[in-house]
Amino acid sequence: MEQVMDYIEMKVPAKPDYVGVIRLTLSGIASRMGYTYEEIEDIKIAVSEACTNAVQHAYPTDEGGEVIVGFGIYPDKLELMVADSGKSFSFLQTRDELGPYSDSSTVEQLSEGGLGLYLIETLMDEVRVLNHSGVTVFMVKYLSGERETHGTTSTAQEAN
Amino acid sequence: MNLAIDVQQKNQEIWVQVAGEIDAFTAPKLREELSPYAEGDMASVIVIDLKNVSYLDSTGLGVFVGLFKQLKQKDGELRLVNLSNRVQRLFEITGLSHIMNISANV
Repeated sequence: MEQVMDYIEMKVPAKPDYVGVIRLTLSGIASRMGYTYEEIEDIKIAVSEACTNAVQHAYPTDEGGEVIVGFGIYPDKLELMVADSGKSFSFLQTRDELGPYSDSSTVEQLSEGGLGLYLIETLMDEVRVLNHSGVTVFMVKYLSGERETHGTTSTAQEAN
Repeated sequence: MNLAIDVQQKNQEIWVQVAGEIDAFTAPKLREELSPYAEGDMASVIVIDLKNVSYLDSTGLGVFVGLFKQLKQKDGELRLVNLSNRVQRLFEITGLSHIMNISANV
């Protein structure tokens, strides 16, 4: 098994107000790790989408839930975990119902929500979703080229 | 992390300058601010300048899709102009670039 080199965790109230704060932290971490500007912007969107989902499903209840975001920092990749603290929704079912808009979509068919799940899968290298009492989204983004080139020099490759 | 929204009427068109980050926190404000212009007998052309938008995700796209639908219903038009490469890419990934009127310049 590979070891996490460093781990950072944040816990914020499940409110849209703090999604931007998560983005700022992520930006700092990803930039520290050497991701390109484009990659950082992609990860920012994916993490925001996961946080937005968590927040929007906790929000209507007004029970003051929390969102936990974990950053697993490896030499060749960044692992992200976004967990809401209770309110479950069917992430996979929602994902299957929505995707990119197609040329043939009529105006009536255009949905105003749900693209977030599609974006997470498009922008990250690996995505896993755990539906338990709440929803946890795991996402991985590799450093450019690391996936191919590190196989011979790093044991981290074995876990893949 | 805040959003500045400036709305001006130019002839029959509504021109909107948006600056800042559009996310789950700021998108509702954007919708609230712009929706009235797409309703009723108000001008039916809305142009939104995204030059100073530093961040956009699905929550922002949802606002634009909503406006687009509202305007389309009364034969109006939504134009998004001055898209950065990043923002443009988001419209392409989601397929919206084929459906909505977007432009990298004015």
